[in-house]
Amino acid sequence: MILRTTLLAGVALACLATTGTAQTLRWGAARDINSLDPYSYGSTFTISFLNHVYEGLVRYDADLKIEPALATEWEVMPNNIWRFKLRQGVKFHDGAEFTADDVVASLARVSHPDSPLKGNLPAYKSATKVDDYTVDIELVGTYPLLLNDLTNIHMFDAGWLKEHNAEVPTDVAKKVEGYPTFNANGTGPFIVESRVPDSKTILVANTGWWDAPKHNLERIEFTPISSEATRVAALLSGEIDFTEKAPVQDLPRLAAAPNVKVMEGNELRTIMFGFNFQDKLHNGEPNLFKDKKMREAVGLAIDLNLIRDKVMRGKSRVTGTVVAPAIPGYDPALDTPPAYDPEKAAAMIKELGAEGYAFEIMCSNDLWVNEEEICNALVSMLTRVGLAPRLNIAPNAVQQVKLTNGEADMFAFGWANEPMLDSYSILLQTFQTKSDNAGVFNWGGWSYPEMDKLIIAASTELDREKRLALQSAALKIVKDESIMLPFHQQPMAWATSDKVESVVQLSDNKGRHWLTRMAE
Amino acid sequence: MIVFLIKRLANAALVMLVVALMAFMIFRFVGDPIQLMVNEQTSQAERDALRERLGLNESVVMQYLRFVGNAVQGDFGISYRNQQEVMSLIAERFPATIELVLMATIISLVVGVPLGVITAIHRRKWYSEALQFVSIIGVSLPSFVIGILLILVFSVMLNIAPAFGRGDVVSIGWWTTGLLTPSGRAALILPSIALSFYQITLVMRLVRAEMLEVLRSDFIKFARARGVPAWRVHYSHALRNCLMPVVTMTAMNIGSLIAFALITETVFQWPGMGLLFIQAVTFVDIPVMAAYLCIVSFIFVALNTLVDITYALIDPRLRNSKA
Amino acid sequence: MTVNLTSPGLLTRIRQSDLWWSFTHQRSAVLAAILLTVLIVSAFTAPLYAPQNPYDPAQLELWNAEIPPIWLEGGQWPYLLGTDTQGRDILSAILYGSRISILIGIASVVLALVIGIGTGLVAGYYGGIVEDALMRVGDILLSIPTILIAILVSAIVRELLPPSLRDVGAGGVLVLAIVLSGWVQYARTVRAQTAVERRKEYVQAAQLLKVPARRIMFRHILPNTLTPILVAATLNFGMAILTEATLSFLGIGMPPSQPSLGTLIRLGNQFLFSGMWWIVLFPVMQLCLLVVSVNLLGDWLRDALNPKLR
Repeated sequence: MILRTTLLAGVALACLATTGTAQTLRWGAARDINSLDPYSYGSTFTISFLNHVYEGLVRYDADLKIEPALATEWEVMPNNIWRFKLRQGVKFHDGAEFTADDVVASLARVSHPDSPLKGNLPAYKSATKVDDYTVDIELVGTYPLLLNDLTNIHMFDAGWLKEHNAEVPTDVAKKVEGYPTFNANGTGPFIVESRVPDSKTILVANTGWWDAPKHNLERIEFTPISSEATRVAALLSGEIDFTEKAPVQDLPRLAAAPNVKVMEGNELRTIMFGFNFQDKLHNGEPNLFKDKKMREAVGLAIDLNLIRDKVMRGKSRVTGTVVAPAIPGYDPALDTPPAYDPEKAAAMIKELGAEGYAFEIMCSNDLWVNEEEICNALVSMLTRVGLAPRLNIAPNAVQQVKLTNGEADMFAFGWANEPMLDSYSILLQTFQTKSDNAGVFNWGGWSYPEMDKLIIAASTELDREKRLALQSAALKIVKDESIMLPFHQQPMAWATSDKVESVVQLSDNKGRHWLTRMAE
Repeated sequence: MIVFLIKRLANAALVMLVVALMAFMIFRFVGDPIQLMVNEQTSQAERDALRERLGLNESVVMQYLRFVGNAVQGDFGISYRNQQEVMSLIAERFPATIELVLMATIISLVVGVPLGVITAIHRRKWYSEALQFVSIIGVSLPSFVIGILLILVFSVMLNIAPAFGRGDVVSIGWWTTGLLTPSGRAALILPSIALSFYQITLVMRLVRAEMLEVLRSDFIKFARARGVPAWRVHYSHALRNCLMPVVTMTAMNIGSLIAFALITETVFQWPGMGLLFIQAVTFVDIPVMAAYLCIVSFIFVALNTLVDITYALIDPRLRNSKA
Repeated sequence: MTVNLTSPGLLTRIRQSDLWWSFTHQRSAVLAAILLTVLIVSAFTAPLYAPQNPYDPAQLELWNAEIPPIWLEGGQWPYLLGTDTQGRDILSAILYGSRISILIGIASVVLALVIGIGTGLVAGYYGGIVEDALMRVGDILLSIPTILIAILVSAIVRELLPPSLRDVGAGGVLVLAIVLSGWVQYARTVRAQTAVERRKEYVQAAQLLKVPARRIMFRHILPNTLTPILVAATLNFGMAILTEATLSFLGIGMPPSQPSLGTLIRLGNQFLFSGMWWIVLFPVMQLCLLVVSVNLLGDWLRDALNPKLR
């Protein structure tokens, strides 16, 4: 009798031990990725998804520190050359070996003049193969943040690129579809099994991955569900197992549901509003935002706490500076938002003769959390102090063109400082005067020579303390001049079904399902 | 007869040419295609070269002819958004919409015809009036509201049907079908019910109106006088005469249903052509918009022409009327 | 013996007419008419008594966001039906929203009638090439599903408008979109009727008397064609309201700064599952009441005017 129960128990245990493998994670995302080519769009979301398929030379670990990935060691050599030793025995999904040729070809592709990701490798000059497993990367000058940049530059197989005519980034004009747009061949923990745009992308586990998997997934089914109500319904009915953007207003209901778990936090991304610094507004009227007092008045007219409480349901973190506390260069002395004072704002606006001033606020309805609501609240608050703003809202793909052409009078903006994870990122790409490699996101066209000097000095300062001090000084200018009005760090809310045992959520809000475990 | 056929086909061709013209106009007048295709760092020289390559410097007529030529071969260019060939995008989503529409049509006939008969036969009974009232509600509720309510009740509260997506699909050659998998079939239920609502009320009212008329006619009176049992009178004699207009209307409405499916697809995230089109509209993805317009119009025109020709084959009186 | 030689006044004529009899004897028609009147009057007199003007951004207090209806716990006066996430009072929003929906519905039906009747009369009266051309245009428009035309026109015209006009012109764009495919139905009916009437003797007599064509068309032929048109127009009014709601729901209709019922439903849909059901339910109910009453009236009118059912 006892023997039989023990035998049965043993068999049962044995069964349990082997049934851990057929695990599918059904991911219901807020939007689709733009393509399977990690170089085709500078979208953090797309690149972070493709990180399941492709990998870079280095990566971030669970504490957001840099660790080796496809490169095992590196050293800084004279003449601004960094030498990387590559990991051996790594195979691409099609079986090809990972060698230095692949690194050279990938870097050439990402730094190509037509590449949308060109600005993510600002200091890059060239790459040369030393031997099959050693590569030299030459920079234009001393540059402390190369490794941070490289975490987001994913490696292609040189032979695969050549075979499919993809050595140059996709060219829509030639009517040749970019092969990497819907085919993938990386070194990562998952292989793309199929992709139907706007419908479903299926990944399967790569059993030949070079790293020891901490996950127990066999498949990931990625489905974009843009309608928030549908996404919530799918979670509640158990049709999806994971979403990276659970709507803020539904969090209490999701948390109360017995089969759903909610993981909240504040992410690194700071939401702010920027101004047009050109002489005229988009409609041809003179631009009053060039005056610092005008920008200050707008800042005083906004009740940030009310937006946090009502629009963000208390989940955001109000901020007075444009970077999150975890970002190097953050200065707590700067993190003091202006006190809400609508009477003073109205008085200042009257003084400036700006009563009834008509301008446009440009926002997207599918980018930041509750962006539409924030912008609506903004319109209401600014109208109350005597201005006459109008909201221009559309999907980000439509707004993007107008924003980069400087057509917005006042615009919503978000920056997480990824992948660099350093305030140099926002200073270089947003606040520096627009030039060849700098100020790519300087949509308002501002220019502050003293700030530029600080930023350029920081770009070549190898001493971390000194560099961060220079960057904090630059950030102080941003605050004093009210170039952008920071609002808050966005809340991030992931929701999982009860089939998911554990998921790793870091403040960069990126899904890392090679660390996810499903319940067995 | 042949003359009639040729006239109808010529008519259809003319209509399609005009539709193609409209689609082409969209291309020319909404936004600058160059602007939408390149990233901001492209130089002016490169933009001019691109303009030349895409043939945007030729005369309008030439461009239109080239557009039509390409369209007939199924080449609508590349989507601005996904950088994928438009025709393959639409071909991927086509089966989803068609299966949804077919299901909705079947439901509307299976439910609508009997209900129409009941309301016609039992004109003054309470359930007849109640059904008519419900049918008015069905026509008055916008279909997106019906979809949302269905999701709320059947998916979230009762958890008996999926709220989104198509479930698992099986590929047969180029076609993908959800009918062969249990999850695929389950996923079809709510969307097709939502889409069929309006059609059910149309069928019901049409059947009722037709039945009422037929029931007045002489041969019915004679049948009753002869003592034919009521159910036989109603179903064998009366109903049979009503089915023709019902089938005609249903066939002609399939094109309409395909268009209306875009609302249902939006609510249920059904990966069909309609959802693709709505996304194209919000993203100003003009090649997809133009292609959808041409394809859906083509289906519409083809169906109508087919019905017209079939009618003419059956009823010789119609052959000589003006096309 | 005195004989009453004066013709009865208008009111008496109405009261004695068949139409009135059938109206007063059909319960649903009377109810529908009352409901519709209440809805329209309340919508258009809203500025007099609504707690808030929801189109004025300065009147929206974020403090008052997400208040439930007054009969629930947490409800506050004067927000009888609660507020949405911007602090917009739902009652005011549906009243003003109904106004927009009704206005757009009326405008599109009237415009479609004018264009349709005019085209139909001209085509039927003159015949020949004119008729062919006009009807061909109509055929082509009918070859494209109406919702598709509406979406395309709406999306394209908005793109073409300068940004400052986009919100203001949204209503006009919607009317245009609905009218573009709506006029054809009237044109066809009127043309067919006109073609028939044209051959009748009374028209030929008028032509012999050199009565101008326009007079013949409007004063003689038109009244005979009105019956089916009236029915169609009533039903199309409901359709127009639904089409506008659908376009707004899809995001290409009225913007959130001037929300119609469809826009309100779209905005409220996001909150359906988070417990704030009042944001979406009340606009839905208002929309349904509006369209149901119109459809009931249209149904009654069709049955009442149908000679076969008398």
